[in-house]
Amino acid sequence: MKVAVVVFPGTNCEVDTKYAYEKLGQDVELVWHKQETLPQNVDLVVLPGGFSYGDYLRSAAIAKFSPIMKAVEAHAKKGGYVLGICNGFQMLLEMRLLPGAMKRNANVHFVSKYHHLKVENTDNQFLRHFNKGDIINVPIAHGEGNYFIDEAGLERLKANGQILLTYCDKKGTPANPNGSVAYIAGVCNEAKNVFGLMPHPERAIEALLGSLDGKAMLEGFVA
Amino acid sequence: MKVTVNVQLKNGVLDPQGKAVHHALGSLGFNGVNDVRIGKQILLDVAGNDAKVVKEEVTKMCEELLANTVIEDYTIELA
Repeated sequence: MKVAVVVFPGTNCEVDTKYAYEKLGQDVELVWHKQETLPQNVDLVVLPGGFSYGDYLRSAAIAKFSPIMKAVEAHAKKGGYVLGICNGFQMLLEMRLLPGAMKRNANVHFVSKYHHLKVENTDNQFLRHFNKGDIINVPIAHGEGNYFIDEAGLERLKANGQILLTYCDKKGTPANPNGSVAYIAGVCNEAKNVFGLMPHPERAIEALLGSLDGKAMLEGFVA
Repeated sequence: MKVTVNVQLKNGVLDPQGKAVHHALGSLGFNGVNDVRIGKQILLDVAGNDAKVVKEEVTKMCEELLANTVIEDYTIELA
């Protein structure tokens, strides 16, 4: 599988993401945001975490105008897989490739810690190695992860099985680290080829790091 | 032409920063504050003197970049 990891000024998770996919035996290329085309035959585009353009104005507000984004949008529109992690999720929201928007965390603090998540839907490529209701543990690290969507939008997400992950405690009881509507930690689009989540699966790929749960997520895209 | 753009979270969208500042004002003894909402003020100096043209241009800027209209409203004032 060919993976492209897009790098913006201020991105800081590109090497971890590349490492994770190389560990899974995949061919990974870092793509600078000024490029106008993606590598040939790319299967998966990852928009990694970080603070693109210093989060000026709003998180990810400026990254969406980078030259590479037209190619990323075209890849998504023709059904190619796109995964946005943390700042990458915020980009997909700003680009309207995913529904909703991000606000400052409800407690106005940057939250950086392991957090339990509940797997809500598994009929998609990203979470196909999990069972619905699984409780997993993956790090979060963000100041603007307070997911907002209006009631009509939330109903559509529920009806189409687009909610991927929700925040919970280790027993599975809903627990909110940031004030997100319906405890949402990650969503996908209706066509289920564009995925966004605030937690960092690339930071949970080795037992040494405390969890292997992220590896099973990233593996979802590997044939 | 000087243009002032105000960007504000929509009514009904909870404002975490406003809430934190409201709480802080309360702990300083300012108990008469009913609500606090925090927004952004963006000052632009735009070429051209035709108010209608400038306003249309700034409206486009707001829709495309300055505001995220999923959660934010904006107002435009021309000097």
